[in-house]
Amino acid sequence: MTEPLSFEKSRPNAHAPRLPDADVAAEELDRVLPREVLRSRPPTLPRLSEPEVMRHYSKLASMNYSISEQFYPLGSCTMKYNPVANEAAAALPGFTAIHPYQDEETVQGALELMWRLEHALCAVVGVDRVTLQPAAGAHGEWTALRMIQAFHRSHGEARTEVLVPDSAHGTNPASAALSGFQVVEVASAPDGRISLADLEAKLSPRVAALMLTNPNTLGLFERDILDIAELVHNTGAKLYYDGANLNAFMGVCRPGDMGFDAVHMNLHKTFTTPHGGGGPGAGPVGVKAELVPFLPKPTVERLNGQLKLDFKRPQSIGRVRSFYGNFGMLVRAYTYILAMGGDGLTQASMDAVLSANYLRKRVEGLLDVPHEGPCMHEFVASARNLAPNGIKALDVAKGLLERDFYAPTIYFPLVVPEAIMVEPTETESKATLDAFAAAIKEIVQEAKEQPEKLHNEPHSLPVGRLDEVATARRINAYLQGQSEDPILRWKPAPNEAC
Amino acid sequence: MPYLVHSPQERAEMLAAIGVDSMEGLLVDIPASLRIPSLELPDGLSEFETMARVTSLAARNRVFPDRLTFRGGGVYRRFIPAAVAAVTSKPEFYTAYTPYQPEASQGTLQAIYEFQTLIAELTALDVANASLYDGATAVAEAAMMASVQTGRKEVLVAGYVHPEYVEVLRAFSDGRGIKVRKGSEPNAKTAAIIFQQPDFLGLLVDAADLTRLAHDVGALAIACVDPISLAVLAPPGEYGADIAVGEGQQLGMSPSYGGPHLGFIACRKELVRRLPGRLIGTSHDANGRRGFVLTLTAREQHIRREKATSNICTNHSLCALAASVYMTYMGEEGMRRVADVSFKRAHALAERLAALPGWELAFPERPFLNEFPIRVPKPSVVSRKLARHGILGGLDVSRWFRELKGVLTFTCTEVNDPRAIDELVAAVSS
Repeated sequence: MTEPLSFEKSRPNAHAPRLPDADVAAEELDRVLPREVLRSRPPTLPRLSEPEVMRHYSKLASMNYSISEQFYPLGSCTMKYNPVANEAAAALPGFTAIHPYQDEETVQGALELMWRLEHALCAVVGVDRVTLQPAAGAHGEWTALRMIQAFHRSHGEARTEVLVPDSAHGTNPASAALSGFQVVEVASAPDGRISLADLEAKLSPRVAALMLTNPNTLGLFERDILDIAELVHNTGAKLYYDGANLNAFMGVCRPGDMGFDAVHMNLHKTFTTPHGGGGPGAGPVGVKAELVPFLPKPTVERLNGQLKLDFKRPQSIGRVRSFYGNFGMLVRAYTYILAMGGDGLTQASMDAVLSANYLRKRVEGLLDVPHEGPCMHEFVASARNLAPNGIKALDVAKGLLERDFYAPTIYFPLVVPEAIMVEPTETESKATLDAFAAAIKEIVQEAKEQPEKLHNEPHSLPVGRLDEVATARRINAYLQGQSEDPILRWKPAPNEAC
Repeated sequence: MPYLVHSPQERAEMLAAIGVDSMEGLLVDIPASLRIPSLELPDGLSEFETMARVTSLAARNRVFPDRLTFRGGGVYRRFIPAAVAAVTSKPEFYTAYTPYQPEASQGTLQAIYEFQTLIAELTALDVANASLYDGATAVAEAAMMASVQTGRKEVLVAGYVHPEYVEVLRAFSDGRGIKVRKGSEPNAKTAAIIFQQPDFLGLLVDAADLTRLAHDVGALAIACVDPISLAVLAPPGEYGADIAVGEGQQLGMSPSYGGPHLGFIACRKELVRRLPGRLIGTSHDANGRRGFVLTLTAREQHIRREKATSNICTNHSLCALAASVYMTYMGEEGMRRVADVSFKRAHALAERLAALPGWELAFPERPFLNEFPIRVPKPSVVSRKLARHGILGGLDVSRWFRELKGVLTFTCTEVNDPRAIDELVAAVSS
């Protein structure tokens, strides 16, 4: 049951939507504007009636797994329940209908919300100020690195390297490179934590920062974090916190206290704003006092009871996106923080850690779990014990899809072969975790007894396994001029073109 | 506590299954000196209290009605069909993750593949990506592409490009040692000329000429375009621009104090491998059924790490979905009509405002579409007067451009009905 493309369903005579007439005395557009600025060939857009449009998208919606219907144990992604109250709050006309260039006195509620959210986030991660401007986690990473770069430059230092552990998220080295830094990898020790010896060897006056997530991508708390911070700070470098794993310890400890100088947070992970099938998210960045002058502008300031946007920040790295960030996502996160409170956020993290350790225990003995526990909010298993049966992490993932679970993150972190990274979060019940463990057990059994069957899963979804290699090959053929089919878009057949 | 599911009894059962006495047994790796007694935040609230707090904040914002909003500057009030929110509020769409497992994500993948096609059609370029954060970061990403493609370290910003886009471009460029220069005289070091059509003031620029200037020195032409305008204006592909970018907010998104909105980017075939962000392509399964997958991932951060074309992971998928629903609902005819009505009403308004004593079009010889700059006596008095009548008037652009002292830009769309225009003119004259 696949659904044709909107372009394929298009009917040339379908009703166009009814729209108002101009009802003003004005000349026709093509009489006022010079011909060369006008479009010569209309775009080929689908033409469908409203009922057809609605059914098309309802069909597409039915072809998605989502956190509203399935357990989504994607490691490092913190797929927790998205409270519907957040959506109701963000839909209030007092938030959706305000223009970013309204005068400050007419948007005091919006500025107050941003101010309060900033200070709540400061309390959670232990920093002095937070910018809400970055649109996503990677955008926040890059923003933080730009601030660190500006800090070093202001001290007359051109530090050119950024250290990144080999277990880091791919966005870390990419963000560092985009800020103009050279990336130097730091090895993991056999216990899965960063190797202090390798860190010491790589630290030098050239290093601007170490990017670290704690707990790391294996779900393990970096016990030596205070030593790490001291080593880094002794060379004059800054310590950057990748907040992808913040859900592990809210109310238990804070990155700021661990010695991190800059901290990004993913509101679409820890603070329940929905992921939207790939965004929009929001990636605020918190910093310690030394980095505050370099925050993106404007900041929100309270002056004599009035809230103001402050553009006069001479050392600021400038703007990292237009306006003030993904405001609608900020409303959702603030609503969540209000509802949860300090006590609720703390319990959320406790339950996340409990769920992960419980599921880890249930999965041990079925899959390899290479690192010693306890884990924090997630753990990494490995399908390498199924290698003798010709089964890979990918097959386990597809077997889970067949059993109505979304798959964990696979083949990440890179330091574990056949990695299966599981993050259950606090909003999944024990019954769901038990059902997931039972599904893993069934898959492992199938792997041993009928591996070919597992190779062919899923078969009850709209499509079976898709040939991604063929897709890439065909795109290559198109890019090299050997084929007319771009693969990356639908194209009207030559005789259909207007 | 809201949203939590484990009962105290289940917590005890789970701890027992793990083999520890208490949660402390799971937190042993955290040094004692780092433990905090509690968060310095108030305790949580009931949903009723939470909503009351949030609603009171919303009430402290002044909402100008759509029809009486004449301020644009990159964010516009437009008619948004009810279909858009009906689709984007489906939890199957808004609570899904990035479609890493294609078999379980065909809905998102197909919708975004359709989005890529819609943007490619609208811009008349070969390929569009799955979305970027906003118009500003789209301009910056395009400039980075051009710098890598040409091996050159300078980009030229021609004319009145949105000042915030230029600020973001500078922040991106600064880290990478790329120089941003204002002007339209490229040289052998220029990687790209960036222009906006219509420009920040609403005026049409000679896009074909700027494109030619860029190509003459081996630089790329980057056109930052208004997607609604492309229903009637020549698209970047028609005048030979290499990359088209823009802000997609007008395609079904509310102003929302500036976000979340939608960045889009499309390019010529030769540049596809340099595109940032996600790309979706067609594929098939063993039974020959067509499906959609994330593809060309070797450009991306999770594969290429520091060698990736950009660091983008989460993008603005749900906003791209909104734009797809909007464009599919409107069709070519609907979008053309929206552009046409906006054009006519803006011209009717311009004519009436320019007839007021002391008011004159700032660039009377330059054509515009539905936003225009006009020089007014005492702009702050005008704005205050309009606000008293419940009207959000023009944007004072002298804040960014000193040479435009006294200039406001007004915008008109299909939501500003003729009576709203009368009210605006009457309020100004009062």
